[in-house]
Amino acid sequence: MNLTLIEKRLLNEFQHNFPLTARPYAEIASRLDVSEEFIIETLDKLHKQKAISRVGAVFTPNRIGVSTLAAMSVPEDELEKVADMVSGYVEVNHNYEREHDFNLWFVLTATDDQHLQTVLQDIEAGTGYKVMSLPLLEDYHIDLGFNLQWT
Amino acid sequence: MSTATGSQEAVSESIIDDVDRRLIVATQKGMPLDPRPYNIIADEIGITALEVRQRLERMQDAGVIRRIGAVPNHYRLGYRANGMTVWNVPDEKIHELGQKVGALEFVSHCYQRPRHLPEWPYNLFAMVHAREHDEAMELVGKIAELLGDDNLGSEVLFSTRILKKSGLRLINKDQ
Repeated sequence: MNLTLIEKRLLNEFQHNFPLTARPYAEIASRLDVSEEFIIETLDKLHKQKAISRVGAVFTPNRIGVSTLAAMSVPEDELEKVADMVSGYVEVNHNYEREHDFNLWFVLTATDDQHLQTVLQDIEAGTGYKVMSLPLLEDYHIDLGFNLQWT
Repeated sequence: MSTATGSQEAVSESIIDDVDRRLIVATQKGMPLDPRPYNIIADEIGITALEVRQRLERMQDAGVIRRIGAVPNHYRLGYRANGMTVWNVPDEKIHELGQKVGALEFVSHCYQRPRHLPEWPYNLFAMVHAREHDEAMELVGKIAELLGDDNLGSEVLFSTRILKKSGLRLINKDQ
């Protein structure tokens, strides 16, 4: 993906501290020395190209509601079917296939622990495979976004 | 040391109220790309734009919101080698080691999670993102070097397919 300098700066320098002012895009524009309209158009373009998934808030895990990282070991020929069932839950917000005996990894988020446990049991019952639940105990990373390298 | 479930949930109930919840639901697909995005959100949930900004600021200060900004799609931007590195380190040293690994600039997430013996001996998770597999393995090597003799075993799990990815979805209690 070919990106302009402004696009790269928007991506790297504005992953946090989005201005909480009446006209946030105008403030970003003045810092990058371009127009407000140009910033809005560029963000819209980046969004349509899927270079950004959104401009928005990233929430701290387990502050509103509870979550867990769950893993399953599913035979290759069953994986597609099981993955679709898992992705079908609104409580699942990430679901990845990974190269390992535990080949299906997903994050479950719910309003309370009881609901979380119910969904885990439901997935086990529905798919016929065990779910290993690995809830977060401690967070060691101060998240200011990710430093994208362009060269 | 905090535990993941019960106690934090009790705290979270008191730091956000129903208006905050509606605000989160209204913004979770992203901020409107309009000169006055807070006015649009404000109209949607029936409060003023000033209150929208104040509530977002308060949730940031309270640590409910970690950051607000552009959320890059690593994969689309060429970071195709996404490795979940998992490590077995001594429990009594995990906080010290976790903070060191979490401070590495190429690590995007770093968590302590419970072991699940016998099949899962790992208690420290760190995500690394690189353009190429070899480059990712170099980063893994740097973590191994940092852990030294405290690395009692590790694996790297590369993602082969993204089957679902959405931001946090807060479901209204009445839904």
